[in-house]
Amino acid sequence: MTVAVEKPEPAQQVADTAPELKNPRRKVTRPMMVGAILVVWLVLFAVLRGKQTLTLAAADLTGLHRWFNDLNDSIGADRNSNPLFLYFFNEIRLVIDNLVTFVQDLISQPSGDRPLPQIGWLGVVGITGFVSWAVGNWRVALLAMAGFAFFGLQGLWQESMDTLALTLSAVFVALVFAIPLGVWAGLSDRFNRIITPFLDFMQTMPTFVYLAPLTLFFLIGPASAVIATVIYAAPPAIRITAHGIRSVPETTVEAADSMGATRWQSLLKVLLPMAKRTVVMGVNQTIMAALAMVTIAALIDAPGLGKTVMQALQTLDVGTAFNAGLAIVVMAIVLDRVTTASSTRAEQARNSTGRFLKWRRPLLGSGAVGVVVLIYLSHTYLWAAQFPGDGGTGTHITNAANSVTAWVQDNLSGITNAFRNTLTNGLLNPFQSLFTDSPWWLVGAALIGMAVVLGGWGTGVTTAVCVGLLVGTGLWSDAMTTLASTLVATVLVMVFGIALGVWMGRSTVVDRLLRPTLDAAQVMPPFVYLVPFLALFGPTRFTAIVAAVVYAVPVAIKITADGVRAVPETTVEAATAAGCNTWQIITKVQLPMARSALTLATNQGLIYVLSMVVVGGLVGAGALGYDVVAGFSQSELYGKGLAAGLAIVLLGVMFDRITQAAARRTSA
Amino acid sequence: MARHWRTGAAGLAVLGLTLTACGGAKVGDTSSGSGSSSGSSAKCGTFNLAVNPWVGYEADAAVVAYIAQHQLGCTVNKKDLKEEIAWQGFGTGEVDAVLENWGHDDLKKKYITGQKTAVEAGQTGNKGIIGWYVPPWLAKAHPDILNYKNLNKYASEFKTSESGGKGQLLDGDPSYVTNDAALVKNLKLDFKVVYAGSETALIQAFRTAEKNKQWVIGYFYEPQWFLSEVALKKVALPAYTTGCDAVASKIACDYPVYDLDKIVSAKFAKSGSPAYNLVKNFNWTNEDQNTVAKYIAQDKLSDDAAAKKWVDANQAKVDAWLK
Repeated sequence: MTVAVEKPEPAQQVADTAPELKNPRRKVTRPMMVGAILVVWLVLFAVLRGKQTLTLAAADLTGLHRWFNDLNDSIGADRNSNPLFLYFFNEIRLVIDNLVTFVQDLISQPSGDRPLPQIGWLGVVGITGFVSWAVGNWRVALLAMAGFAFFGLQGLWQESMDTLALTLSAVFVALVFAIPLGVWAGLSDRFNRIITPFLDFMQTMPTFVYLAPLTLFFLIGPASAVIATVIYAAPPAIRITAHGIRSVPETTVEAADSMGATRWQSLLKVLLPMAKRTVVMGVNQTIMAALAMVTIAALIDAPGLGKTVMQALQTLDVGTAFNAGLAIVVMAIVLDRVTTASSTRAEQARNSTGRFLKWRRPLLGSGAVGVVVLIYLSHTYLWAAQFPGDGGTGTHITNAANSVTAWVQDNLSGITNAFRNTLTNGLLNPFQSLFTDSPWWLVGAALIGMAVVLGGWGTGVTTAVCVGLLVGTGLWSDAMTTLASTLVATVLVMVFGIALGVWMGRSTVVDRLLRPTLDAAQVMPPFVYLVPFLALFGPTRFTAIVAAVVYAVPVAIKITADGVRAVPETTVEAATAAGCNTWQIITKVQLPMARSALTLATNQGLIYVLSMVVVGGLVGAGALGYDVVAGFSQSELYGKGLAAGLAIVLLGVMFDRITQAAARRTSA
Repeated sequence: MARHWRTGAAGLAVLGLTLTACGGAKVGDTSSGSGSSSGSSAKCGTFNLAVNPWVGYEADAAVVAYIAQHQLGCTVNKKDLKEEIAWQGFGTGEVDAVLENWGHDDLKKKYITGQKTAVEAGQTGNKGIIGWYVPPWLAKAHPDILNYKNLNKYASEFKTSESGGKGQLLDGDPSYVTNDAALVKNLKLDFKVVYAGSETALIQAFRTAEKNKQWVIGYFYEPQWFLSEVALKKVALPAYTTGCDAVASKIACDYPVYDLDKIVSAKFAKSGSPAYNLVKNFNWTNEDQNTVAKYIAQDKLSDDAAAKKWVDANQAKVDAWLK
């Protein structure tokens, strides 16, 4: 769940940009230039308001959108005769379908003549405990077993196993591609440069855009769900593996070379073992990303917990949705802790006493025998195959969640409405009209100007390209509406992120209390809390902003906390000795020294907010999010939805490059 | 150390044996019970039923699937899909039937007349009504609001933070048929269409509005389970006449009453499956659907339990479908 490692580039590129920074002719400071750009923008806005805004009505299309539609139709029309389908996509589909069905037969679905899967709950819990213990330690093994038993108590055993089956298959397929690609990107700078834009694209393109085409290519079924998940979940593993390979000290590799190791030997015996820990963190991130896709994949009939959430949403049944969402959270926490423990196990084992190591092998052996017995039992006997009880705990959770929601809705909606109206009318509406009512070239010029000031000429060129392409999508006005909401949400994310992050970074107790909540907020499907938010704030842009803040704030808090904690203790002590009070230490020492962490937090906060644009479209945010949802729902709007997805990617790339370049400058 | 190892293994073996001894019912034993009903069913085979995401459809699907499974012995695969993807599934063989289609002339053109992968299978008997609705308290407090001509009088009451100074007309899920933007323009109403983006958002808006006596007007439709919780009132628009909705941008009349119909894949229609016969004959009233939808949405019954409850009480209707 620590996404901080996802963007490893800044550290390496500092060296490249450093010379440019030594440019001596800077007497005008950066804030002054930003201010100047804003003043010019505001003046021209007042004069030119409402001209050349490039608006497009909800049902209108441009030539590009129609072209996308035709493309989509023609692919669909010759699906059954095209050899590409017959011999390529169908084969891929068969392989993946068989893989998923195999895992499902094992743990979740009736297989063959059996009314139940091959391995029942007792066997699965046993395997989980054993594997967690073998790769991690006994503490995570207990946690894992308790977590899995909890699914049964919730009355969601089969749904959870379906989700697990799909997630494991998707992670497996993702890693088969991601690890080799990651190694390649780690070894070759050129390949890394080629693949990075593709990874950005895969991570920021809204899934809604490619769900419908995927079912055309790979049919409705597990294969499409797995591939949709892989597209989203593979990039972190590729990036982090590459980062791990790059972080191996060059001297070590040179030493291996000088001893006459071949390329393969130095890869297999030096690079991979030394990068192992980082690679496992990549696997961890891929698992988390795969779990984030559970609810969306349910839209194309992927079985499991996501379906429960989506179906409960149709009847606004928050309790049931929350219960299923909680199961996803528990699964994410279990898988996260197990993979994290496995990444640190080797070191811990080296540090622990020899006695334990001597015992480990026989203990593992007898554990394996025990697991085989459990599997046999759960295969044979009903009590071990089907989880006993009727999911009473789940009913309690459902009822509790329902009554909490009802209380909140009854008692808070007056206050929340006033709050929403103040913020929308006072901040969001004026800010948005600055973007949407200015002529497009003015906004574009301002954005490019900002990019040049904050990130340098290279970033300015990237931004100019993005602005040009945004105009090309035909959705300029919608993109500006989304941009305004995104920026407001990001400001809120940073306000909360810094406040809570500093608190968490300064106190280990707070950290320990807050962290599980943050983990839960990050993996709880947003669909679960949309209904209560809708009740509080109505279908408005504000609701979308609140949902995005809830989703993005944990990342910002975690990165800020890590940054604050990384400030050397001696520095803080020196400041204390010099008579600084707590407030001064925070504002004059810790925050300035954690500046690059703060920029990274802003970067990640923005990207996370942007990934909620489509969810926002479901609760009244309109603009690009709505365009994407509409494109997914109506064939005539497909092209427009695709264009809106591209616009979101462009906004993401633009933000990412500007904040990263700014981060490089501040840390230099 | 070898001794420990042996003791451990022996202990586990004993444990295993004990557990086995008190084992109880075996997995295979139960399968004969539930499997027997599917014994007579070699003919039907699998039946892939699309389930579009609204509760009324879920009710249709629950009943049809229940009958297909228990009275015809089919293996029913329900697939949760949006309309567009479900229709796409006709061509790929992944979907056999769509049970409640709302117009969708665009999809009919593409898949029935164009690709010829789908065919119509008659009406469901349900009448689909689309229109603008207000919460009951509002209709009671200001009865004249139920005529569109008076809407401008109240436009300022419907203002929200999203509607840019005009009255807000709330629209829901983008997959549903809507002419609202054109209607607002052509009826010269001082309103702006605001897209809530999902049915969930729309229902929650009406629910809050009724509870807190707020002013809300929005797109809604019948049959819908929510109407039995909050009986929204429909606003009268200029009456529908044949052809008044021919040009999308010029529409200034109410929505037609949709005769909801069933669509099946061309292959399924020719298959001779008893499930096709069932789908073709399936026909019930709005009340029937509302009853089952209420079992699912408000009484929280599972699809199967809801269907069983209705089928047990209406076997005569079911028998007519099975002829």
